[in-house]
Amino acid sequence: MSDLDCDAVIVGSGPAGATAAHVLTEAGRSVIVLEKGRNHLLDLDAPFGPKGDVSNDEIKFLSRHFLGPDPLLEPRAFRRTAADGDRLMVGDVNNLPSTVGGGGFHADGKLPRFREVDFRAASELGPIEGAELVDWPFGYDELEPYYGEAERIVGVAGDADANPFASWRADPYPMPPGPDMFAAIVSSEAATKLGYHPYRAPTGVNSVEYDGRPACNNCGFCAYYGCPIEAKGDPVAPLRRALRTGRCDIRPECYVSHVELDGSGRRARGVRYLDREGVEHVVRARFVILGAGAFETPRLLLRSEIGNSSDLVGRFLMFHFQTFVVGTFPFRLHGHRGRAVTHLHDDHMIPDAESLAAAREAGLPYFRAGIVEHGAAAGPIQEAIHLPPGSLHSRLMMESTLRDRLLAFTVQGEDLPQATNRIDLDPAVCDVWGNPAGRVTYSPHRHEVVASEHYAPKLTRILEAAGAVWTTTSTSPPRPGQRADAFGLAPASRHIMGTARMGADPRTSVTDPWQRLHDVDNVMVADSSVFPTSTGYGPTLTIVALAIRAARALVDLDPLRSVRPGRA
Amino acid sequence: MTAPSRHAFFTDHEHALVGVACERMIPAEHGHPGARALGVADYIDTLLGAFSFDPPRIFAGGPFSGRAGGDAGFDRFVALSNTQELAWRTRIEGSLGRPEREFNGPVRGWQETYRDGIATIGTDFATADADEQDRRLAAVAEFRDLLYRHACEGAYGAPEYGGNRELAGWQAIRFPGDVQPRGYTDEEVSGRA
Repeated sequence: MSDLDCDAVIVGSGPAGATAAHVLTEAGRSVIVLEKGRNHLLDLDAPFGPKGDVSNDEIKFLSRHFLGPDPLLEPRAFRRTAADGDRLMVGDVNNLPSTVGGGGFHADGKLPRFREVDFRAASELGPIEGAELVDWPFGYDELEPYYGEAERIVGVAGDADANPFASWRADPYPMPPGPDMFAAIVSSEAATKLGYHPYRAPTGVNSVEYDGRPACNNCGFCAYYGCPIEAKGDPVAPLRRALRTGRCDIRPECYVSHVELDGSGRRARGVRYLDREGVEHVVRARFVILGAGAFETPRLLLRSEIGNSSDLVGRFLMFHFQTFVVGTFPFRLHGHRGRAVTHLHDDHMIPDAESLAAAREAGLPYFRAGIVEHGAAAGPIQEAIHLPPGSLHSRLMMESTLRDRLLAFTVQGEDLPQATNRIDLDPAVCDVWGNPAGRVTYSPHRHEVVASEHYAPKLTRILEAAGAVWTTTSTSPPRPGQRADAFGLAPASRHIMGTARMGADPRTSVTDPWQRLHDVDNVMVADSSVFPTSTGYGPTLTIVALAIRAARALVDLDPLRSVRPGRA
Repeated sequence: MTAPSRHAFFTDHEHALVGVACERMIPAEHGHPGARALGVADYIDTLLGAFSFDPPRIFAGGPFSGRAGGDAGFDRFVALSNTQELAWRTRIEGSLGRPEREFNGPVRGWQETYRDGIATIGTDFATADADEQDRRLAAVAEFRDLLYRHACEGAYGAPEYGGNRELAGWQAIRFPGDVQPRGYTDEEVSGRA
């Protein structure tokens, strides 16, 4: 490998890239990780301790784009359909952190697995007109050992018996669940009485000391913040493991402009990037691994003009269709203490007689919504901004109906794949490096909207049963015909998937079942771009599990296997 | 550094007027000191004049403030990267015709929005009655919305950014603020109180 700089160059240091770096370096391979954002996560010199930049600071994290991307530097465009013209707005669209650690940095770490049916939605649940539902090229049983490994690497706390709908697992969670938030106890009790099955969320947050990192101390600055004490494992755990091998070179503020092919056009030679001074460099590697996320990965493929013989790069863009049902309470809930969300329920993922009847009435064979997060509010600046200025402001802030007395259900609704929903390159807007901005064209399928309309009133009834004195419902994106609220017209969900779909057939997918581009087989897509469907669960644990599987296969390691309890 | 005036950006007159406008949006009430006593105008002045400090007062440091144990690190502001400096200078100062700031066209800066907004609401704004103040602010909606967002940050954000004087903003709303490295006990998380 005399002319190679490393075995693999990895674009992006989030959950996907960090996992690939860990797997490859553990197997003795060398990697260079190029991250366009800054490093606030950990020292890049031994012993790789915390950087010390992370703090309980609402201004820095929620008002000032500390983790990037800054929409002035990296604007993104949005339109609902081509009928909106070139774009409807420019700015902040799905701005998952652009920083060492990527999307894992700011997440509060709810890490559910998908269920068996989620890998076989087309064959088990059936097609839906207007959507291109497909089965995944492999099933849950094949992914199970990788889920287990992902939970061990990140460090997931959970209760294996808590969720009656969960699929089988070979091993218990590495840690017991952390403490239940008071607000979630209130909402869970009411939900249970109404026949639902709330459970303690599996979270990638230490409940006890784990992997040399301390137990969470419940500071409450969790979702949208990094963890000042490293109680969250994703992505610091895999990155630190990779660094400790001495075979991982993380280069922050390095922006990959192109993936470069050799003369045959079938192999990548490496990538070209700009460093923080704007100086161009080339990295040559045996493998190129793309872990830039389901927004930036297709954008990089499109501007490099590779991998797109199917014309599917950027298509089948999926967000979770979010439904927010919030209630205010006559008593204080202190949602600023704890891990942001400690309970979930899956009931609205399971079609029942009532939902099937509602679906038929709407002309759909069935629908599914998504997991419901039992959450509370934390930040007073966000609360204040949502209140009207003027004479009522100070009284409402002291009463805190929108923060200390607020309980919120967030449904991460399954979003069906549609070829017209896509990321492409904006014809005029560009980023600070002079490359075309990514543009989202997205409208929800009727399935998402009908599911949301069906389940929102049920969630309202749970809040009322829990004692809410006032409730309201909104969605992101807005339901058709509804005005945009505080979340705006573009989907606010940070869950983004599907833009380099994986499958066996090169005509109908971008990567093969091992996540390599059909067109260029030494390029592997490690992130959620490869998801064929979105299901209704947070994507991160599945990203990590897939990245372990694909990275192991890339360097010919044996597949992991597990044994289903009772079937040995 | 030696500041040319008592403020990083505002004149005394502008500082006073911003204080009055913020007070109208976040007024003093029994149990709440209101924007002026919280030093919200100082917060906004620090933001608009962030580049008169080194490092610029954009991102407070970490990991702890010292209020809940540990060493005080918030007041050691984080140095900006080249691109962050470009973004924040553009956002605050405007693009000013400089090509490196105008790759997507001209950008109006917050300093200009404030200077124009303050001039438009009038030098007699402080003596106008509440309804008249509301009318004048409503007539400059872009400025009013920016001012309100900044006022909320200055009232309820970390005091190292210049506002939330003596933590009175957090005390008024019973918010403990940053709590690392102490955090909360399991009982405080799960219990009713």
